[in-house]
Amino acid sequence: MIEFRKEFFADERDDDLNEVGKPTRRQDILGHVTGRSPFFDDHLFDGLLHMRCVRSPHHHARIRRVDTAEAEKMPGVVRVLTGKDVPTNLNTLLSLLDFGIDDEPILSTAKVAYRGEPVAAVIAATEAQARAAVKAVRVDWEVLPHVLDVEEAIKPGAPTVCEVYPDNKFIYHGKYDHQKLRFGDVEAAFASADHIVEGRYQMSPIEQAPIETCGAIAAPEQNDRYVCYTSTQALFFSLGTAAKVLQTPSSRLHFIGGTVGGGFGGKVDSIHEPLAVLGAMLTGRPCKYAWDRGEEMQVGAPRGAERWYIKDAVARDGRITARKFIGYFDSGAYTRLSSYAIIKGVGHLPGPYTIPNVYADVYCVYTNRTPATAMRGFGITGVDFAIENHMDKVAETVGVNPIELRILNSYRDGDMKAHRREAKNCALVECCQVVAEKGGVTLSPDARAATSLTGGGGERAQIPNFTATDEHGRVEGFDTGSYAQKASAAATAPQPPRTLPASQQPTSRPVQPPASHQPAIPPTPAAQPAQPAPPQKPAASRSGAMRFSSLSGFRRR
Amino acid sequence: MTSTVETVSTMAEAARAVAQGATFLAGGTIVMRDVNAGEAAPRIVRTIDPSLNDIRISGDSVVLGAGVTMAQVLANRDLEFLHPAARMIGGPQVRNMGTVGGNLFAPHPYGDFAVALLALGARAVMAGQSGGRPLDDLMRDRSRSPALVAAIECPRPRAGSFGFLKVSRVKPKGVSVLSVAALLPREGGRIRGPRVAWGAMGPGPMRGASAERLLDGQELSAATIDRVVQAAAEGLSPPTDAIATDWYRREVAGVHLKRLLEQMERG
Amino acid sequence: MAKKPVHFSHNGVERAAFADDGQNLLEFLRRGAGDLSPKYGCGQGTCGACTVMIDGETQLSCLVLAESIDGKSIRTAAGLASDQLDPLQVAFMDHFAAQCGYCTPGMLVSARALLERNPKPTREEVMEAISGNLCRCTGYEPIISAILAVAEGRAQA
Repeated sequence: MIEFRKEFFADERDDDLNEVGKPTRRQDILGHVTGRSPFFDDHLFDGLLHMRCVRSPHHHARIRRVDTAEAEKMPGVVRVLTGKDVPTNLNTLLSLLDFGIDDEPILSTAKVAYRGEPVAAVIAATEAQARAAVKAVRVDWEVLPHVLDVEEAIKPGAPTVCEVYPDNKFIYHGKYDHQKLRFGDVEAAFASADHIVEGRYQMSPIEQAPIETCGAIAAPEQNDRYVCYTSTQALFFSLGTAAKVLQTPSSRLHFIGGTVGGGFGGKVDSIHEPLAVLGAMLTGRPCKYAWDRGEEMQVGAPRGAERWYIKDAVARDGRITARKFIGYFDSGAYTRLSSYAIIKGVGHLPGPYTIPNVYADVYCVYTNRTPATAMRGFGITGVDFAIENHMDKVAETVGVNPIELRILNSYRDGDMKAHRREAKNCALVECCQVVAEKGGVTLSPDARAATSLTGGGGERAQIPNFTATDEHGRVEGFDTGSYAQKASAAATAPQPPRTLPASQQPTSRPVQPPASHQPAIPPTPAAQPAQPAPPQKPAASRSGAMRFSSLSGFRRR
Repeated sequence: MTSTVETVSTMAEAARAVAQGATFLAGGTIVMRDVNAGEAAPRIVRTIDPSLNDIRISGDSVVLGAGVTMAQVLANRDLEFLHPAARMIGGPQVRNMGTVGGNLFAPHPYGDFAVALLALGARAVMAGQSGGRPLDDLMRDRSRSPALVAAIECPRPRAGSFGFLKVSRVKPKGVSVLSVAALLPREGGRIRGPRVAWGAMGPGPMRGASAERLLDGQELSAATIDRVVQAAAEGLSPPTDAIATDWYRREVAGVHLKRLLEQMERG
Repeated sequence: MAKKPVHFSHNGVERAAFADDGQNLLEFLRRGAGDLSPKYGCGQGTCGACTVMIDGETQLSCLVLAESIDGKSIRTAAGLASDQLDPLQVAFMDHFAAQCGYCTPGMLVSARALLERNPKPTREEVMEAISGNLCRCTGYEPIISAILAVAEGRAQA
């Protein structure tokens, strides 16, 4: 039952919306109810070939040998692909945005780092024949020790999951083995707090579970092009990824998508399109590569698990004066989108509350689990679970009703957020008041009278005069230049990056305002401690020297 | 492995094929999953023998052809005592397909209808053999049963003496946390020869010996129920799966048995 | 691989086609008969996206051996509309009962079978009837509303 409370913020908007609040027919609904909407698998091709992958039964193993001879002789088998058939057999999804280092093979040749990782792809006339031939591919495995827990994975001596990141931690901005947020001085606030409230929160991975499993069908087209029907949620990601992996101009690839049988974030990884097109290229015939339900659940990248430690300084009246986060995202064996999820998540901290001192170290950790990727609000949902549970814990500690505690600490319009942006259009106070009303909770007169429009700004709009910063987790061997270039350099002359010994790490220091933001534009405003955000200027010139990235702020090309 | 399917016209022919190692295909809800996954036996046999769908009702027992579906059970008023179990099998489509005979061989966490049959003391009529085989025997070595079940003979319980309960997390259609069935024949107010059967509390449907022992000779009173509930999980070794751990299943077994017995006590 | 001839009625039209050995009805309908309305979601009888009516009963086409429908009548979502849309189709459109649309054909077949058996179902009976059809994005409420609207004669034809 939807209820519109138009009395809220009435003067902040024009109430001239014609569609909101009324049922409307979707533009694609006729196709849906007649069964005619063209999902990727609803394109019939004569002579369609079926591709299925040979997958690792181990969490972590070296590949000594892949023997496809027997499988190639099986009935209906047209071709068996291995890593050497893939033109560029190493990719990271965000390389298209120049973020992260290529770390994941399309078909692995040296080792596997999660159960279900593909090492070969069988192409056969029927799906049943492809399944039968997959079982005939012989792989000689050397099983390696594995690590499945984020904190185990970053201990010294843990098995290296992904050689690109030898310490099992993604490297942020070429500088740190975690994403930092520094705002004010949490330690000082802890020292003078009435209460310290600590908590540990653990989320499980969650499978997106679309009813349509992920897949793609590719076929040769005229003019030396290939058509690809795909279930992707990210058509241009998939197009760009296929072009890169296949070393072919994207103009040769005709991608058709847009009819997706549920995605929820699980259909952005562009796993199927490069292999389906490669199959079509190498056989000259239409080729389908799709997961069955078991694969969708086992190797389809889930929302990654997260572990959060939260420590709050709380005044007797329930006002939170400091909040410190240590977070671990379980990225699984490869990066996919977890590194980005953390950038987004750290921008969200400390949740929708005005807290004058905030600190976060958030690690993107590699483990021998299924790689994680996007899912509905990823980067936010997990930590929100932690934050809101923690709010209840704080409420219990100080003996305040949990709804009142939230109203007391909510952002008000004009407050300064920890990532140094002003809070606008706040509405949590009003939401809490409605929750109390619906739940039959009687609020105090103060909580009832509160609004998001008042009480904010002023002192609460100030960036702290002092922010404690540090250099811990500093690494060398990665520079702030192009991550993609770094990858190609690493491929020729691998020089494992290293973490600086603690003795070389600078200690806390007051931060000087930047002398000039010309050559030293911070990778992200949130990551650069205690500097007022540079004014958001449009790109300086049309030369394209500067561009804006939602991932990492202003970046130099 | 790709599979070959043979269609034969009689149960006798099908039974010969099964004796030679073929897999018998009936409703498809178990075997076709394996066919789709490429995990089925190379040889599959099915029959169009109409006797497979016979339902015969007599005074004190019923005979169900092994190919009778859950939907057919639910459509038959004389089989009302089996409706609570049949209604809890799968969703509507699965009930239109899944058979009485197939349910006896359904792997964990399926097979809740067999739990009801086991508690009722049903016997399996094997194709080409005379006389029935107690379900207790069949359940014990069902994974390597070389013979084909043609029909199930099931005694009809007296009104109020039989109860069935299935617990699932998703409603109205979900797989078992556990299922439990109880047949409590009474003489002069006391229970004589009770049969309790559990589903999802072991590798397959199994009898609840400890509960039966504590019920035998007793009145179905609150005190009896409390004693039975304490010992409910004794001797059971439930599996851990995506639905529940073995610990959880043992913990809640008594709670659900209590609910079933109290429901039967109220009548 | 032996091919087996199958004669069947497909949405009221008599047809004959060859089924592959071990082929399921879903693949047979989609690849062999060109009816793309039943969908693959799991291949193991869990999701209901492949639901079709066989002699008026809903079954899961991914678990039906294609050759076993010889002589039977198959109805799918593609056959619901004739000159006009089925009232259920219109109600699904008006009640926002389809979002991605992937579960919709199976859902419609289950709903149609229910109304033919029981034209005035209760809400509980509707829930029971679609309990074998998983929907991941629309949500069940709009679907239940759409089916009840038809049952209660509130939907426009």
